[in-house]
Amino acid sequence: MTAQSKITASPFITLSTRIRRTWRHGDRVFQGLLILSSLLTLALVVAIGYELWKNSALSRQAFGLAFIFTSRWDPALNRVFGALPFIQGTLVTSAIALLGAVPLSLGTAIFLAELAPRWLRQPVGFLVELLAAIPSVVYGLWGLFVYIPAFVRPASLMLNKTLGWLPIFEGPVFGPSRLAAGLLLAIMILPTITAISRDVFLAIPDSQREAALALGATRWEAIWQVLVPYGLSGLLGAIILGLGRALGETIAVTMVIGNNLDLSLSLLHPGYTMSSVIANEFTEATYDLYLQALIEIGLILFVITLLINLIARLLIWRVSRRVIVEARA
Amino acid sequence: MKTLSHYATSRRQRRRKVVNGIMLTLSGLTTVLIVVPLIWILTYVVRQGLPALSPQFFTQLPTPVGVPGGGIVNSIVGSAITVGLALIIAAPIGVLAAIYVASKPTTPLGLAVRFATDVISGVPSIIMGIFAYTVIVLPQHHFSAFSGGVALAFIMLPIIIRTTEEMLKLVPGSLREASLALGATEWKTSLKVLLPAAGNGILTGVMLAIARAAGEAAPMLFTAFGNSFMSTSLNQPIATLPQTVFVYAISPYEDWRAKAWATALVLITLVLSLNVLARLIVSWRQRRLGSVNR
Repeated sequence: MTAQSKITASPFITLSTRIRRTWRHGDRVFQGLLILSSLLTLALVVAIGYELWKNSALSRQAFGLAFIFTSRWDPALNRVFGALPFIQGTLVTSAIALLGAVPLSLGTAIFLAELAPRWLRQPVGFLVELLAAIPSVVYGLWGLFVYIPAFVRPASLMLNKTLGWLPIFEGPVFGPSRLAAGLLLAIMILPTITAISRDVFLAIPDSQREAALALGATRWEAIWQVLVPYGLSGLLGAIILGLGRALGETIAVTMVIGNNLDLSLSLLHPGYTMSSVIANEFTEATYDLYLQALIEIGLILFVITLLINLIARLLIWRVSRRVIVEARA
Repeated sequence: MKTLSHYATSRRQRRRKVVNGIMLTLSGLTTVLIVVPLIWILTYVVRQGLPALSPQFFTQLPTPVGVPGGGIVNSIVGSAITVGLALIIAAPIGVLAAIYVASKPTTPLGLAVRFATDVISGVPSIIMGIFAYTVIVLPQHHFSAFSGGVALAFIMLPIIIRTTEEMLKLVPGSLREASLALGATEWKTSLKVLLPAAGNGILTGVMLAIARAAGEAAPMLFTAFGNSFMSTSLNQPIATLPQTVFVYAISPYEDWRAKAWATALVLITLVLSLNVLARLIVSWRQRRLGSVNR
């Protein structure tokens, strides 16, 4: 201690230690800034949840759990709110989206990861990424004026003609409908599912492929009976992530679903989703209870997407960890 | 007996081969099918949007229905202001959080931030809009460009964190060690060695974040709200490109719909060129850093 103070007594060293000290101080400040930014990011998630919870208090107290299970949405006369039609609309459109997108995405992911020649992989992967980059309002515009008249409406008329006796294909056929929203969502979630499941396939060690082929499996058998089960949790994660995107998509759905409080089961009728009712009625909510009912729908949507993402990330994380562990072994 | 079983196996084998051929072909076909909507959308936006484009479209204010001419200059300015504001808020926080996560990925806070980033990126953009509404618009009692920018900042944040983190991880560890060995402090190393080395990558993340935020219409509906006049005030409602597309598209007027396509063309050109540029930088960078690491 005394030796040290003797050294620092020299003027030259004092200067350099002083500089070093300020820099070390800088380190602490910098570290503090890093931690502060990280904490802010964490706080954001908590703050969103808290604000949605706080600002839906009126609606939660007025309707309780019945909010989720009742279908009355009557802001004008009786001021009664129930979110069931919107929850149903969101679930139905997302289910259609998954039915459409999963086979196409998995097929493309398999092609890109396992079959395509090397020179083709990057360009096609790039096109898939561009599909993800198109703003959702442009999807909506195209869906409303091109996709519906050219594809969805003819398909709906055909479904109604052949399977019209089923309640889900009941007429009359409209342009904007739940089916239109679901089929547009299918295109919008293609890139998400494709890109992640491609990465899952690429992460599977070559030894798995080689072993299957060496045992005499055809390439398809190697893919379907070995690689798919191996990466299953990752593929599920990719699909659930796509589902999360479909559940929350707003503008495009608002433009093509027709925004009609229709209680029938028909996919060919216009409907409403949780996000589209928020987009449509939020600025028209003239009194607090109405506004808070819409915010409660937002809260439900937030909780659902949070859980969905949580599950998806855990599943994907499991595959990547397993690959690392086995590569080490 | 022998020939019979031989016949059976060869038939089974033929079936397996046929299944193999069919499924592999189907997989190729789905790839073609996925590219179809992209081309379909792009050709339509260009075909419908191009005729309505003119120099005046970029310099004039919107006109009422039926009045010829008119442009979207207020939306262009509004998008620039809201996205710029979002960038000012999100970029420093995002880059700093990314430096933390990249340097301490396994600490509880590092893990939590990575997890939170994933979660935030999955939160629907309309929820970000509601959040900005309850935090800013409700207390202020009016819509504003500021609240729109804040909503967009929340949307940008996870994109900036994640790309910056990925890019920092690509910087060879030897660079950091060399800098520390020469006596540089941690923060000098981070700011003067690691960030410049990852500079292009961070630029990429920022570009992708801008592209994403510039295309968001949903959260703007009840934050920035829209404005048919020119406004540059953060305290006033403001028009943005995606919201203008939305309003024009759902209007019943033919000339507004034509403007919706033209505005969509402007928007999609902006968003896609940012994306293309960002990907080019990434692939160029990975090739270069890949060779350094080897």
